[in-house]
Amino acid sequence: MMDKLIIEELYALMVLGRQFEYAAKEHYMAGDISGFLHLDIGQEALSVAAMKAFDHGDVFTTYREHVMAIARGIEPKAVMAELFGKSTGVSKGQGGSMHLFDPSHFFYGGDAIVGGHLPNAVGCAYARKFQESEQGVLVLFGDGASNGGAFFESLNIASAWKLPLLFLCENNQYAIGTKITRVAPFLEQRKKAEPYMRTMEVDGNDALAVYKAIREAQDYIQKGHGPIFVEAMTYRYEGHSVSDAATYRSAEEVEIWKHKDPIERMRKVLQERFDYSASDLEAINKKARETVDEALIFAKESPEAGIETLYDNVFKEVNHVVS
Amino acid sequence: MLYREALNRAIDECMAVDPTVVMLGEDVGLYGGSYRVSEGLVAKYGEKRLIDTPIAELSIVGNAVGMAIGGLRPIAEIMTANFALLAFDQIINHMSKYHYMSAGKITLPMVVRFPQGVSKQLAAQHSESYEQMLAAVPGIHVFAVSDVNYAYHALKKAILMDDPVVFIEHELLYNKKGEVDLNADLDPFKARLVKEGKDVTIVSYLKMVDDVMAMLPALEEETGRTYEVIDLQSLNPVDYDTLKTSLEKTGRLVMVEEDHAMGGYGAQIVSWAAEKMFYALDAAPLRIAGENVPIPYNRKRELASIPTPEKIKDRIVAWGAENGL
Repeated sequence: MMDKLIIEELYALMVLGRQFEYAAKEHYMAGDISGFLHLDIGQEALSVAAMKAFDHGDVFTTYREHVMAIARGIEPKAVMAELFGKSTGVSKGQGGSMHLFDPSHFFYGGDAIVGGHLPNAVGCAYARKFQESEQGVLVLFGDGASNGGAFFESLNIASAWKLPLLFLCENNQYAIGTKITRVAPFLEQRKKAEPYMRTMEVDGNDALAVYKAIREAQDYIQKGHGPIFVEAMTYRYEGHSVSDAATYRSAEEVEIWKHKDPIERMRKVLQERFDYSASDLEAINKKARETVDEALIFAKESPEAGIETLYDNVFKEVNHVVS
Repeated sequence: MLYREALNRAIDECMAVDPTVVMLGEDVGLYGGSYRVSEGLVAKYGEKRLIDTPIAELSIVGNAVGMAIGGLRPIAEIMTANFALLAFDQIINHMSKYHYMSAGKITLPMVVRFPQGVSKQLAAQHSESYEQMLAAVPGIHVFAVSDVNYAYHALKKAILMDDPVVFIEHELLYNKKGEVDLNADLDPFKARLVKEGKDVTIVSYLKMVDDVMAMLPALEEETGRTYEVIDLQSLNPVDYDTLKTSLEKTGRLVMVEEDHAMGGYGAQIVSWAAEKMFYALDAAPLRIAGENVPIPYNRKRELASIPTPEKIKDRIVAWGAENGL
């Protein structure tokens, strides 16, 4: 039986994550946030439980990462301020929604080249093995990333060099608007990893199952067995990004997945197994709402970085402003 | 010391002083490197630090980026520039941008090295030059050094610096001989004044500097003029100050590069001169560059596709005559 406190924490983070994403969507519509905004709604169990379970190493992930960043420990207000493009954002407004990096949380959260971060995770895992560290590396990617060359190169190298690397495929079945089975021979992307390494499947909408699976996988890579591949089946309720109306899916399909909603499932666990009352749950909701409201106020009131800093951080050592 | 030995020495010394320096690429370990740049290093530092990779260029650079994030100081070797194209996603989308996108939180102390250019009849997929694309990318330094002594110092600086560097070599420079002054304090960001002169400034880099120097005595004799030769060394950033000083003296600019003329790197230098040095110029600049064709296999056609010492001389003589030199 998992610790009640962990279960409550996972639930509270999922609730916070969903409210954060709806608030981000609302402020995107209002014009406070621009660019591409990829929402995690529907996939919170996977994002939250993976971040909490993987506590011995670095995380490399993609552009759908606001909830992961928050679950990893980055302040929600620093994430929201980044979405607003403000100087108080986690990347000082230089990165935006898709690029939330924070090495102090071992979080490299947002590569926007599909599959492009996989070789980086492999390299970092090499560094950890080189350093004889107890830390490993977790890399998250979607089913859409599992058809490109970087994916296969990474499976090959991680397995040839027995690197402490956990591949976590968030299979939400759609590569933007293309159903995965239209462009791959099967739905289960772990089949591609089977010749190289041990694979596991987990219900990505079950936070407890994800937590347990990632703990087991983390333990496996820490023991020096080499890489492991976990595939979590899940679903995003929204389009690929806010600008995508998702007309390529049927309303029935979305409804089926909404019946497997990760937050609802966890709420039932809390009520049925741990006797949480309606007011206990409302307290969690209220706290999440307050956190999101604070983040919004912080983001709105924060200044933009001055244009005089445009050239900051192009280089670390030498800054050349060319005439 | 040979050029490749100077590079080897630079890597060796960096590995000796910094245990986080690693080198990865195809055949860099047991084989000693396709151009013998890493020869002998695996015996000294082991396979953990001289990492033989699969033929997967995207991963060679992509892994190096991850190693740098993870606290190592990697040197990624790509066998030739054309193969580096497979790694351009990593160079341009990852290596050059992580420091900026993360507001300085991620630093990438790493070097990507590869040779480029026309060697001898290696044909279209092993002979090209890509400095023009890479120098156009903010966030990476691009070195292309022709001098053996500077090559040693520039590579050392590149390895030990905390910013990412693309270090471009040329296949025909590896066996070039030169003296290396181990104690010299050389700045690879500065252009090198190869030879002083007062009538024309010839700007070049990498192997073309040697081609310019090869024809220079004949050119000076034939024209009765003296030519100043500048080796850029760093293609991004550019040491415009050195160019400016020279052009203020000579008033005439010749740009020599091996790459295709269309969109070639020299266009940047000529464009700069037109914008910033217009009133110091006494003649329209001359650009000598390669033809806009894939590099052919046949030796005569291959040589017809790039500048050679004879062609460089003839073009400058004709241009000088047209411009009252």
